[in-house]
Amino acid sequence: MVAVAPAVRGMVAVASAGRSGPIRPSAEAEPLIEVRDLTKVYGEGEMAVHALQGVSLTVRGGEFVAIMGPSGSGKSTFMHLLGCLDRPTSGSYRLAGEEVSRLSRDELALVRNQRIGFVFQSFNLLARTSAIENVELPMLYAGAPRDERLRRAREILGSVGLEDRLTHRPSELSGGQQQRVAIGRALANGAPLLMADEPTGNLDSASSVEIMTLFRGLNRDRGITVVVVTHDTNIAAWCERVVTFKDGRLVDDRPVTEAVPEAARAAVVRAAGPQGVRA
Amino acid sequence: MQALRRNAVRSVLTMLGIIIGVGAVITSMAIGSGAQAAVLAQIESLGANLVIVIPGAVTSNGVRLGGGTRTSLKIGDADAIVQNIPEVSAAAPYSETNAQIVAGGANWFTSVGGTTPAWPAVNSWDVQQGRFFSRTETDQAAKVAVVGSIVAQNLFPSGGAIGSTIVVKNVPFRVLGILATKGQTGFGRDRDDIVIVPITTLLDRLTGNSWVGSISISAMTPEAVPGVIDMTGRLLRLRHHLAAYQPDDFSVRNISDVQQVRIATSQTQTLLLAGIAVTSLVVGGIGIMNIMLVSVTERTREIGLRMAVGAKGRDILLQFLVEALTLASAGGVIGIAMGVGTALGTSSLAHWPVLISPFSVILGFVSAAVVGVIFGFYPAQRAAALDPIVALRYE
Repeated sequence: MVAVAPAVRGMVAVASAGRSGPIRPSAEAEPLIEVRDLTKVYGEGEMAVHALQGVSLTVRGGEFVAIMGPSGSGKSTFMHLLGCLDRPTSGSYRLAGEEVSRLSRDELALVRNQRIGFVFQSFNLLARTSAIENVELPMLYAGAPRDERLRRAREILGSVGLEDRLTHRPSELSGGQQQRVAIGRALANGAPLLMADEPTGNLDSASSVEIMTLFRGLNRDRGITVVVVTHDTNIAAWCERVVTFKDGRLVDDRPVTEAVPEAARAAVVRAAGPQGVRA
Repeated sequence: MQALRRNAVRSVLTMLGIIIGVGAVITSMAIGSGAQAAVLAQIESLGANLVIVIPGAVTSNGVRLGGGTRTSLKIGDADAIVQNIPEVSAAAPYSETNAQIVAGGANWFTSVGGTTPAWPAVNSWDVQQGRFFSRTETDQAAKVAVVGSIVAQNLFPSGGAIGSTIVVKNVPFRVLGILATKGQTGFGRDRDDIVIVPITTLLDRLTGNSWVGSISISAMTPEAVPGVIDMTGRLLRLRHHLAAYQPDDFSVRNISDVQQVRIATSQTQTLLLAGIAVTSLVVGGIGIMNIMLVSVTERTREIGLRMAVGAKGRDILLQFLVEALTLASAGGVIGIAMGVGTALGTSSLAHWPVLISPFSVILGFVSAAVVGVIFGFYPAQRAAALDPIVALRYE
């Protein structure tokens, strides 16, 4: 029962968050992410690079996962595959019950639009474009009408604390604020999965806490599954589960209490405040 | 759309080629159509019965042969034509020179033409006041004249032209009448800016020549024209004592033939301008393609981001194609405005006839749009074919 709860909570939260496609009725059995024997090979013959060698992973809805590993370990490649930005050479990847490993480019684009929100280290906001226009971008590609786009974008920016920055351009926003806009954009179509690639890499420590607090809030209150790729143990300390890559394989997978030193976790508790989320 | 506004200066520079190309299309078509319309109007106003004889043979593309034959037409040729060819209703010789005309305190530089009393009938151009000079006055080389309405206005602003004296090259002439107002020819020449005297007086007193510049013949009906042309040729060959092996030392043309040459020439000029216009459009298109390629490269990360949040290849293609189309169309509209402006400016400054047709405007706009789509396609396709992962990593 306990194991089921996060998944149910995740699915229910998704329904209330807005458009995201068909919800599977048997919420208990179906994990959000189910990866079996995923491989990725670049090039051929002698020049072939085996970036991923048979990775298997299951992530249930509502989890908060950190992916760690040195550069060249395959974690970036894995993240690209998880985010449906690329297709595996072999293996299976079921996202929200749908097999996505053999989809076409256009079909993958649709999956990204509906099911996945991206947050990047360098924010990747459209320059000279207002915050509200940045957030509505995924809705544009989903074909939502203008009024609805603006309404939802305003709502979302309000929920990340930027209600008085709607028309600001990225150049008029601080790093932390820009990343919050990027998170807002990732939430635009009510995706159940948020993928963040070194989201605090370009931020100072105060803004980093802001952003990780936001992720934690989204994960706990709205059941959104958050996967963070990071090399920083202090950031991994905010998550609940730590998955480690090395040489193209998944070599470790354990709860944060076992994977991250006590000191780092204590620092998170102090920074996050009494309720676990900053007010 | 915002993308274009964000980089306004670059957008304007990109449009320059299209603007010039479309402007050239509009202007060249306006000037070409105007010239043709003016020529056709001239044919209409002069009538289809008119036949002109000019000295020297002229080939079909308008080149004059026989340089020494400028003096081949004589005064008596016109009378001989009327007397000997029954289908001719009237014929008048014409020669022209330029001179300063002095009257009282005023003077005016204008053309002075010499002819016979047959002239009003042949050219459908009579006096509005007073009278034309007579046969007798012509025979006697009398010093009489009729003036065009512009000359009358400038030399006698408060009236009283008729009966006054005007001095042409130190020769006093008595004004008998004022010609009816005819307005400008299509090519900016004011027909009312003229003084007409008897041909005999012109040749004796003003130019000292013994030959005439041309002979205008009025056929009785349009159908009679070919016969008149033929007979006139034979008559003049006899009068000029030409042997069978010698070519004509004159040229007999139906007025509309002459005008056809003018039309053909202006058509050639229009084609030339059109060629320049098309070249400009192609150059403009290449400019658009280059700028869009640069734009795609600069916005690589943006494209990657758009793909990451769900843009399909088709969405990206359409986005950039629309940007190219907008640039080209905006350039087209500005080009049309500039083309119209240039055409109107030419019309008022150079007195060239211009005719701005809706067709040329539509053609200009459509060609701009087509150029935009064609030359914008390659950059748009390159954008759509980007790999999102590679694009996102682009520095």
